[in-house]
Amino acid sequence: MAEFWSSPIGWTIITVAHILAVTVVLLLTIAFIIYGDRKIFAGVQARKGPNVVGPFGLLQSFADLGKFLVKELVIPAGADKAVYLLAPLISVTLALGAWAVMPIAPGWAVSDINVGILYLFAVSSMGVYGIIMGGWASNSKYPFLGSLRSAAQMVSYEVSIGFVIITVILLAGTMNLNEITRAQEGGFWHWFMFGGGPDWHVNWPLVLIMFPMGVIFFISGLAETNRPPFDLPEAESELVAGYAVEYGSTPYMLFYLAETANIVLMSGLMAVLFLGGWNAPWPTPYLAAWPAWLVGLHGLFFYAAKTFFVFFMNAMVRSIVPRYRYDQLMRLGWKVFLPTSLVAVAVVAGWRVYTGLPG
Amino acid sequence: MALQAIAFYLMAAVTVAAGFCVVSARNPVHSVLWLILSFFSAAGLFVLMGAEFIAMLLVVVYVGAVAVLFLFVVMMLDVDFAALRQGFARYMPLGLLIAVFLAAEMVLVSATVAGSGAAKDNENPMASGAGSALSNAEAIGRVLYTDYIYFFQAAGLVLLVAMIGAIVLTLRHKPGVRRQVIMDQVLRTPKTGMRITNLKPGEGIGE
Repeated sequence: MAEFWSSPIGWTIITVAHILAVTVVLLLTIAFIIYGDRKIFAGVQARKGPNVVGPFGLLQSFADLGKFLVKELVIPAGADKAVYLLAPLISVTLALGAWAVMPIAPGWAVSDINVGILYLFAVSSMGVYGIIMGGWASNSKYPFLGSLRSAAQMVSYEVSIGFVIITVILLAGTMNLNEITRAQEGGFWHWFMFGGGPDWHVNWPLVLIMFPMGVIFFISGLAETNRPPFDLPEAESELVAGYAVEYGSTPYMLFYLAETANIVLMSGLMAVLFLGGWNAPWPTPYLAAWPAWLVGLHGLFFYAAKTFFVFFMNAMVRSIVPRYRYDQLMRLGWKVFLPTSLVAVAVVAGWRVYTGLPG
Repeated sequence: MALQAIAFYLMAAVTVAAGFCVVSARNPVHSVLWLILSFFSAAGLFVLMGAEFIAMLLVVVYVGAVAVLFLFVVMMLDVDFAALRQGFARYMPLGLLIAVFLAAEMVLVSATVAGSGAAKDNENPMASGAGSALSNAEAIGRVLYTDYIYFFQAAGLVLLVAMIGAIVLTLRHKPGVRRQVIMDQVLRTPKTGMRITNLKPGEGIGE
């Protein structure tokens, strides 16, 4: 049997099964994340939120799914049909494909590649295409303006995200997401948010750099996923619904799905890079005696808890902070975050050379 | 290895076909989209060669940044397709000549590389698969910052000059434009921001 699984056919079957498992769990998570997002939003505004479909409205997302699926697909007359239909597909493919390298538990990533973090960065930087193509192919003013805004915004904030990621890579000494997580093992003081890493007793002064870097990453993540307060591409008071104006039915649902998947991805990435990923916030020598599947569940629990924590912060920001003005958004990205993260990269690199530790 | 062969032929075919579509597409925006597809499958070919670091850089830099700007510019331009097509017959011979030269150069280079290897002094710099202790990025970093440091720095300087040049060419200061000074706004206090006066009825504030 083991022979069969290592043959090309067996390998393909196993990989496809992994991918299906991750995708199905992710889609279910997204359904409840959307529900949670709406509940948090409603809670802040002293409303009840979705409470009709299912117990406590838990099945609201599935009802919405059914509604989107049975609606009629209307393609605008002047639209570029192929690109119009391709745009949401690209969005959702990239958003789900990014999860291929996410280390959700010890050894539970679909693909454990050496340049995992670069892969994530590449995929998230391609996410902008879905939006640009959708806005352009709609052949309409509002979507086009929305997609231009979105493209400029995502390209700008990617730069600072890249530099923040570099500081983490410098500390971890690897671009493999599993290795980055492993470098934060052994308690919350090892997390990169607090300077941390395996050499935390040397690196702890870096908390002064890494904590702000974590905050910058969080805020840039908001801008990168077009979340409020940076949801200028779909600012309803200015652009109706931005790039999605001409979309309805299933394509619109795909855009929505991709957006939410990206938000969860950013939350997960924040958890992996700064909050220790699947590591518990305390030393875990007891795990050595546990069976492998239990260790996996243990890791999954902490990964999910951290991701949901970051997502909760995300949802709170959405409901509390008013929308930015576009020029202020650009100023924040280019004149505040970029220089700050650039200086941080120089300082962390200098610190690594100064302390002279390997890794 | 059968899987690798399938993947190679698939991606090579997509690269070539997309490259052909770049020149044959009628709509310039479609051209750029085909170009992106060809970049992307080229990155896939790099992964097959074991050069995953370069593959990711190709996607991040070309697909994620350069092509976005391309797409921006092409979408904003109001292209007249008929005018574009006018000089086709006239420029055809020149274009063909350039294409022939490029093809000849590529064949020469690939023949040389196939014979002797591109980087002889560094043993197998791109291999990070089984049997190699170095990861891709490490292998590049070791030679880039030691043997090739001057070239690396020179390339950086060239890019810096290009960047400054672009800024100098496009930077314009319009006189009479009021700009927002964030510092002033942040440093504003009730003392500097407002003035309390006693008004007598029937009189305004004399400036």
